[in-house]
Amino acid sequence: MATSAEAAVAGEEQLLQLLDENGQRTEHARLAAYVEDVDAEALRGMYRDMALTRRFDVEATALQRQGQLALWVPCRGQEAAQIGSGLATRAGDYIFPTYREHGVAWTRQVDFAEMLRIFRGVSNGGWDPRENNFHMYTMVLAAQTLHATGYAMGINQDQRGWDAERRAADGDAVVAYFGDGASSEGDVHESMVFAASFDAPIVFFCQNNQWAISVPFEVQSKVPLASRAAGYGFEGLRVDGNDVLACLAATRYALDKARSGRGPVLIEAVTYRMSAHTTADDPTKYRLSTEEESWAPKDPLTRLETYLRQSGQADDAFFEQVAADADEMAAGVRAKAFTFPDPVLADSFNNVYAEAHPLIREESEWFRQYEAGFADNQTGGAR
Amino acid sequence: MTTMTIAKAINAGLRRSLEENPKSLLIGEDIGRLGGVYRITDGLQADFGADRVIDSPLAESGIIGTCIGMALRGYRPVAEIQFDGFVFPGYNQITTQLAKMRARSEGRLTVPVVIRIPYGGGIGSVEHHSESPEALFAHTAGLRIITPSNAQDAYWMTQQAIECDDPVIVFEPKRRYWLKGEVDTERPAGDPFQAQVVREGHQATIVAFGPMVPVALAAADAAEEDGYSIEVVDLRSISPIDFDTVVASVEKTGRLIVTHEAPTFGGIGGEIASRVSERAFLSLEAPVLRVGGFHMPYPVAKVEEDYLPDIDKLLEALDRLFTY
Ligand SMILES: Cc1ncc(C[n+]2csc(CCOP(=O)(O)OP(=O)(O)O)c2C)c(N)n1
Repeated sequence: MATSAEAAVAGEEQLLQLLDENGQRTEHARLAAYVEDVDAEALRGMYRDMALTRRFDVEATALQRQGQLALWVPCRGQEAAQIGSGLATRAGDYIFPTYREHGVAWTRQVDFAEMLRIFRGVSNGGWDPRENNFHMYTMVLAAQTLHATGYAMGINQDQRGWDAERRAADGDAVVAYFGDGASSEGDVHESMVFAASFDAPIVFFCQNNQWAISVPFEVQSKVPLASRAAGYGFEGLRVDGNDVLACLAATRYALDKARSGRGPVLIEAVTYRMSAHTTADDPTKYRLSTEEESWAPKDPLTRLETYLRQSGQADDAFFEQVAADADEMAAGVRAKAFTFPDPVLADSFNNVYAEAHPLIREESEWFRQYEAGFADNQTGGAR
Repeated sequence: MTTMTIAKAINAGLRRSLEENPKSLLIGEDIGRLGGVYRITDGLQADFGADRVIDSPLAESGIIGTCIGMALRGYRPVAEIQFDGFVFPGYNQITTQLAKMRARSEGRLTVPVVIRIPYGGGIGSVEHHSESPEALFAHTAGLRIITPSNAQDAYWMTQQAIECDDPVIVFEPKRRYWLKGEVDTERPAGDPFQAQVVREGHQATIVAFGPMVPVALAAADAAEEDGYSIEVVDLRSISPIDFDTVVASVEKTGRLIVTHEAPTFGGIGGEIASRVSERAFLSLEAPVLRVGGFHMPYPVAKVEEDYLPDIDKLLEALDRLFTY
């Protein structure tokens, strides 16, 4: 008989689910309560969000192949985890992503094209994090989980003196995204310790897509990540990450709990990275095609499509329209990506410090004069 | 004017910031009920509450990383790192995150986090309790680094660091915590990023900062008995460095020694020597000399006297300086 740890590693442990692999609704009273308001229109909206995210991903991958992006980080397969959790947030909630959360960004109205700035090498940020309460991507794994916790501690600070009821009604919360690989980093541990110590209103959303780069999940953890939460003294949920409804419901539940002052929640969304880690990666070197094939039937989009069709909530016309919209969006993204002006290094001097700094002044002045010398040569101007 | 120790001056400076700025808060290991291992935050939790003076879990990356998040939410967190040698678990957060947040966001986000670090040796302690890692941080753009050497500066520079919109590391000279000085609570100490001539002279300049300033002053006094007139510059800010004040002094005296406790190799002294040779080459009567620590881990307490730059090492360097 397998021990519970073995079962967990084998992925056999019961997942919270509302929509199974065959596109059939499943029972889960506790979770279902959190998606009661989700009508046909909302479901179609979720499908559309997932389809657009996937189409964007395809377009960005193509742009990278054509040499227009330095790198691309695909999110194929993780659309349900991202759209479901993202849609569960409210405008006042602040989100700290890693670098693969294109679908979450979309739910926060971050323009897809803007997200290419980083990968096109024209920015290390790309969008204004304060506009949509969606933080910049973070390349140093797990670093942002601490920022998220600190931000949530700040929310608590804002709310000192509020009674629990008011806090439940009005409080903002935070979602921190990270991967199964990042879960091994010390910062994730520290962020959970701090979040628990200070009852920070934060949801830790781990997309366990089974692989770091070439290192599989069982090297990162002997137990389901969700079970680690108990060690910190808060709740952990293991959710079918390819089930958009379950991800929506679980995140809504967790956010409600967090913002009402009842402590953080860790969600482990069990999903699968269907493509390479990045466009620089070659998954054939470390994983079997049989594994990839075994996940294909669990595709989050197919699953919702089946459900929508079988329950009569969407027809061919709808799916054709979504496909057409997605193509149009992709063309727009492509066109916009070509309009990004090249940055100038001289501008970078302005953003190092908030207040005047003599070294910056000196070096930028030197650089200005240095460049001016070339300008003279180019125009042939004699001095 | 009141007389107080540097430790008390920092405490008073923190207190005033907590009073005047409702967004300021302190966080660190043992800083609340205990008042910090050096008692710098003594009594502050009792007066401002556990929400403003926060005893954190024991985790340096956690302290710095959550400070970044609190700053993003509009707060001005002041982190205390217990000892210099223990800042390194937080080094990643300081250098890859805190220092770069503003640049990465193209100027949209500021993270006004202050990190207080007691630093330097001379207290007879065990390993990792006596280090001077200032150059490691100074190399990272986006950080500001200051170090007070007297009570007046300690009082004001602490508050100025909290008011600054950039991340500031305050290296506090721990062996001088009990050094007394006058504090004028009405008159600010001036720009914390500017150096100060703390002793006038015309034959050589000693540039020192933090714990080495009293040593430099004592060496200058001793040299005066031998007939030398030595100027002493207290750098105060390690990043940025106020080269104008240093260069002006060297143009007057023609000779320069830079001293710090950190290893000479790769240290701040090398940067100053290089800059001065670029900007004041023709004023120099002798090469710039550096008097610092050796390239070894900070040694055991029984021999730290031999390791640390002291009056005799500075006088020896002055002798060499005057042979040119
Ligand atoms: C601190 C750190 N170490 C190493 C890397 C290089 N790296 C980038 S992604 C990655 C794997 C991350 O896996 P996981 O957290 O599961 O997220 P996923 O990419 O699968 O979404 C590694 C090792 C990094 N970015 N940061």
